[in-house]
Amino acid sequence: MLREIEASKITEAVKKLVMDANYFIGDDVAKAIEGALKTETSPTAKEILTMILENHKISREEQLPLCQDTGVAVFFIELGQDVNIVGGGFEDAINEGVRQGYTEGYLRKSMVGDPIIERKNTGDNTPAAIHLRIVPGDKIHIIAAPKGGGSENMSEVRMMKAADGIEGVMDFVVERVRISGGNPCPPVVVGVGLGGNFEMSAILAKKSLTREFGERNPNPKFAEVEVELLKRINKLGIGPMGLGGRTTALEVFIEYMPCHIASMPVAININCHAARHKEITL
Amino acid sequence: MAEVHRLKTPLKDEDLEPLKIGDTVLLSGVIYTARDAAHKKLVELLKKGQPLPFDIKGAVIYYVGPAPAKPGYAIGSAGPTTSYRMDPYAPYLLDIGLKATIGKGNRSQEVIDSMVKNKAVYFAAVGGAAALIAKSIKKAEVIAYEDLRSEAVRRLEVEDFPCIVANDIYGNDLLKEGVEKYREE
Repeated sequence: MLREIEASKITEAVKKLVMDANYFIGDDVAKAIEGALKTETSPTAKEILTMILENHKISREEQLPLCQDTGVAVFFIELGQDVNIVGGGFEDAINEGVRQGYTEGYLRKSMVGDPIIERKNTGDNTPAAIHLRIVPGDKIHIIAAPKGGGSENMSEVRMMKAADGIEGVMDFVVERVRISGGNPCPPVVVGVGLGGNFEMSAILAKKSLTREFGERNPNPKFAEVEVELLKRINKLGIGPMGLGGRTTALEVFIEYMPCHIASMPVAININCHAARHKEITL
Repeated sequence: MAEVHRLKTPLKDEDLEPLKIGDTVLLSGVIYTARDAAHKKLVELLKKGQPLPFDIKGAVIYYVGPAPAKPGYAIGSAGPTTSYRMDPYAPYLLDIGLKATIGKGNRSQEVIDSMVKNKAVYFAAVGGAAALIAKSIKKAEVIAYEDLRSEAVRRLEVEDFPCIVANDIYGNDLLKEGVEKYREE
């Protein structure tokens, strides 16, 4: 039995998600910044964390974007196989929601039509980056995770060797955060995608950034690596905005999947301290 | 101990001499916005010997592409963008009188050397504190390259715009020294 969902419902949901993700900080994220303010010893770092908290308040009260970089509109969507979308195309419905949300929500349009020759702004922040899975059931689950350019530019995929071992992976992650300095708006969230193949590792890393703070990888061995990485990263001294301090990362998330016997892909996707994402089930 | 300085644009050497890395600055007056796309055009003008769309002597450039203003607001959220993308262009502007840039993240050695040579500074603004920073911007007006939309050059009138001295005129770099101070092991 197919369940019909109007394309316009998807558009409406997407429009609200992109606006909410840009205006309202997650409770988990706000709590992490408040916690960092208590443990931080650098006066500059404290000043910055206080401003970040004040910014959360202004954004929430006045419904203003937390950051002027309202990002590439990234979506992780699980589409139930018993859903029949009517009254329009699926991707068109998402992009229309982005267009309306970014225009009516006073969000910045940050997409250029081609990456290097003309670089002319598309004017409505489309196209969205859509990651779709078809799953059992008759629902649509949509996560919107607008992603800013500053942190995205500090990300990297590397095809490592099994011989590098988990220490090699950890060294790569810590070094990536170190050389990123203040560029990705620390305190950052570090998403690590292990395995899969070249492109899957990157999608895993990005997907991991939509996890709730405090939620560890269900595999205790990988959970342990997440905790160890966070500890090592916070010894780097980078601190808020790279100006020195003990709060360099708020979270490290690892996602992994099986990979080829010859391969050991590692993707690191860095997110800023706003760690924006909102979700809905239709 | 970090100090708080209130500065008014255009900036003069005497304004910048007391600044040390880590100090807080509350900036008032007129500042100009430009990101990579605008910098490319500004430096092209310079190379052709044509005038810039604003007076560069003592000027401050803020690396920002603001969000659109809601009705009743002077400007939308307006936090700093990452500065290294402007590094290839900055020395050209510092050489002809630019006194300060505002952004986030570290600068190249070439830009730092140019700041020392020209007695200029680099201020770090808090990335992601964009709604808060916008409160210090009282007026915004596009003065060049409107087709670049959020990347157009804007003239901003600011009052107590909050930033931190990241590079002073003496070659000190908070992005290096601050990190070394708090690094463990």
